Amino acid sequence: MDLSYSPEEQAFRAEVREFLETSLPKDMAAKVARGHDHLSKADMEQWHAILNARGWLAQNWPKAFGGAEWNAVQRHIFEEEAARANAPRIVPFGLSMLAPVLMKFGSKAQQDHYLPRILSGEHWWCQGYSEPGAGSDLASLKTKAERHGDHYIVNGQKTWTTLGQYANWIFCLVRTDPAAKQQEGISFLLIDMNTPGIEVRPIILLDGTHEVNEVWFTDVKVPVANLVGEENKGWTYAKYLLTHERTNIAGVGFSQAGLEQVKRIARAERANGRPLIENPHFAARLARVEIDLMALATSNLRIVSKAAAGGAPGIEASMLKVKGTVIRQEINDLARRAVGPYAMPFPSESVEGDNDPVGPDYAGPLAAQYFNYRKLSIFGGSNEVQRNIIAKTLMTGGRG
Amino acid sequence: MNFDLTEERQMLQDTLRRFLRDRYTTEARNRILDSDEGFSPEIWAQLAELGVLGALFTEDQGGFGGAGFDIAVVFEELGRAGVVEPVLDTAILGGRLLAACGHEGMVEDVIGGAAHLALAHGEPVSRYDLTHVETRLAADGGDIVISGRKAVVVNAEAAGHLIVSARESGGVADPDGISLVLVPTDAPGLALRGYPMLSGGRAAEVTLDDVRLPASARLGDAGQGWGLLSDVLALAHVALAAEALGAMQSAVKLTIDYLGTRQQFGRPIGTFQALQHRVADMLIELEQARSAVIFAAGHLADDARSRDRHIAAARHLIGRVGRLVAEESIQMHGGIAMTQEYELAHIAKRIVMTDHRFGDTDYHLERFIDLSAA
Repeated sequence: MDLSYSPEEQAFRAEVREFLETSLPKDMAAKVARGHDHLSKADMEQWHAILNARGWLAQNWPKAFGGAEWNAVQRHIFEEEAARANAPRIVPFGLSMLAPVLMKFGSKAQQDHYLPRILSGEHWWCQGYSEPGAGSDLASLKTKAERHGDHYIVNGQKTWTTLGQYANWIFCLVRTDPAAKQQEGISFLLIDMNTPGIEVRPIILLDGTHEVNEVWFTDVKVPVANLVGEENKGWTYAKYLLTHERTNIAGVGFSQAGLEQVKRIARAERANGRPLIENPHFAARLARVEIDLMALATSNLRIVSKAAAGGAPGIEASMLKVKGTVIRQEINDLARRAVGPYAMPFPSESVEGDNDPVGPDYAGPLAAQYFNYRKLSIFGGSNEVQRNIIAKTLMTGGRG
Repeated sequence: MNFDLTEERQMLQDTLRRFLRDRYTTEARNRILDSDEGFSPEIWAQLAELGVLGALFTEDQGGFGGAGFDIAVVFEELGRAGVVEPVLDTAILGGRLLAACGHEGMVEDVIGGAAHLALAHGEPVSRYDLTHVETRLAADGGDIVISGRKAVVVNAEAAGHLIVSARESGGVADPDGISLVLVPTDAPGLALRGYPMLSGGRAAEVTLDDVRLPASARLGDAGQGWGLLSDVLALAHVALAAEALGAMQSAVKLTIDYLGTRQQFGRPIGTFQALQHRVADMLIELEQARSAVIFAAGHLADDARSRDRHIAAARHLIGRVGRLVAEESIQMHGGIAMTQEYELAHIAKRIVMTDHRFGDTDYHLERFIDLSAA
């Protein structure tokens, strides 16, 4: 056992930190620090371009495809430093979800066409998985693609499509064989969002934000060349994609940054004439979640080290998702709790604009964010689904 | 012992529940949430007409109720329907305070639905320290002059008058030395900066810059406002606890309905025992919350120490259970509960946000410990 990072890893951390200090635009970091993680499309594109110029955008890609080819420990270090520096999140749909599928199952022509455009930002991808009737039970999806010569005709509806309003491409799971057993009739299709017959409708979330959408398909013509891998093998590719969706699933860096924010707030707020951070009840809540986070950070490193050495994470990913989301949500609960009555205002941009914030400058988005982050334990496989995965694996010795 | 409602209160509950079920639909409420006023003057007039506002006052005050259980019955129904109209602010915090000071005329207007009020007590740094008042009041001949800032004053924009707490003497957190003043919202030197609230309705930051009024604007005796304030806050605590209870019942009901209809893996998700047990836990906690509202309302007329100890217990418990019910209801629904237009989203916000008014669950736990010390 040795809990220290190697000299190479420490040097890498210093390099990342220096890059973030010099290259992350200050106004962007300030926006993220204020909790406005609904950055504009331009902000996200700018951050991607900055990372791409440094060769650090496609962190998990092999060098042959233009990636940084970082191992799991390096990616973990970057995530930690990026969260600490209040860097925007990297939009994952093209880079860490679709790209690995194309590299493993896509044709050479698809790799050559799509991968460079993911890096350059020419293509903004979104994910067409969930449907109104297919959430936790994803394999029951109904959107169908019927083959007519050299193209498919797609009809159906996807939902919870994150940032679909910005996307010009969508990767979709569609049913190509209605007669087959659920998982066996599904294919993986790449669809240009500008094709006639596609309509994107916004879904406004309970905190008033627009980050997810419904995507409707009516007789949408998709070339057969846009099929990834083999027809009716899409479920295999989707499962492969989900294992990649689960890197950084613990969100340790985000939680650490969130915890620091709560501490800053609790030092500024006062209760009974003393800083809130000295209040025994608040301090106990804070300490409990910090202790949980220390353990999670260590669990995460244990699993990350195993992955770096080539071991594939199994049910550990599900464990990290459950514990990681519960901890992040607890930190968000503490943040809104810390500001007391100033959690109640819901100042819109039009109220605040260039004016002074209502209440302390950190208070504005906290309660809205608390509600928004209830999504963490719902999306990407709800925590109930993760528990099913863990239990099934345990009870069947991994054969389930 | 008898835990049944009196016939009058049962009628009040039935009438209000039926009215809100018919008129305060999800669509109607969403329209109200989007409106500039943040509440519906039409609904307000109808609440007055139905006697809902009058039920919050004693017969001496011109009403026909006013006891803890009247307040609990009304606010439980308001909570159940996710009502955002400022009943707490105008009728309890404003109206009951004026009633205690003998302002019969204005109380009559409140009961009739013609007047709106707001309590301007909290300040930018006071958080839940309810005796922390920095706003200054100075006597100047026959006048009084007030300067300071008040934070998150709910319903300030609609109110014709604010009840402002201001320090006339004593240290910054002393209960003694706080005076209460009835300030017309058009008084020179008074400025509002309004904004919507996350769970509906509107509030404002209030600035008082040398607001000059005749000394008769004082409510009660100089420096003796804390007694009045703590009495009316006790009523408000019962109202908030009951409102959260009503909202929690709606959240649990919506969840049970959804579990019965939402199909995944070829069957209703309510057939999964993992979810069934969590609903059962919510119901167990809901009954605890109901009992807490009952003991808080039932001890409202006790001496202040016993009253406040029961109130602290109720609000601590309901703050704790409220978070559980809000979060579990959303989680068991999944994505649909995250959308603004789905009823549960609003209900969950109402539940959680009641825990930010006049002390959260931790504050009330501390208060309970203090009040329980020998």
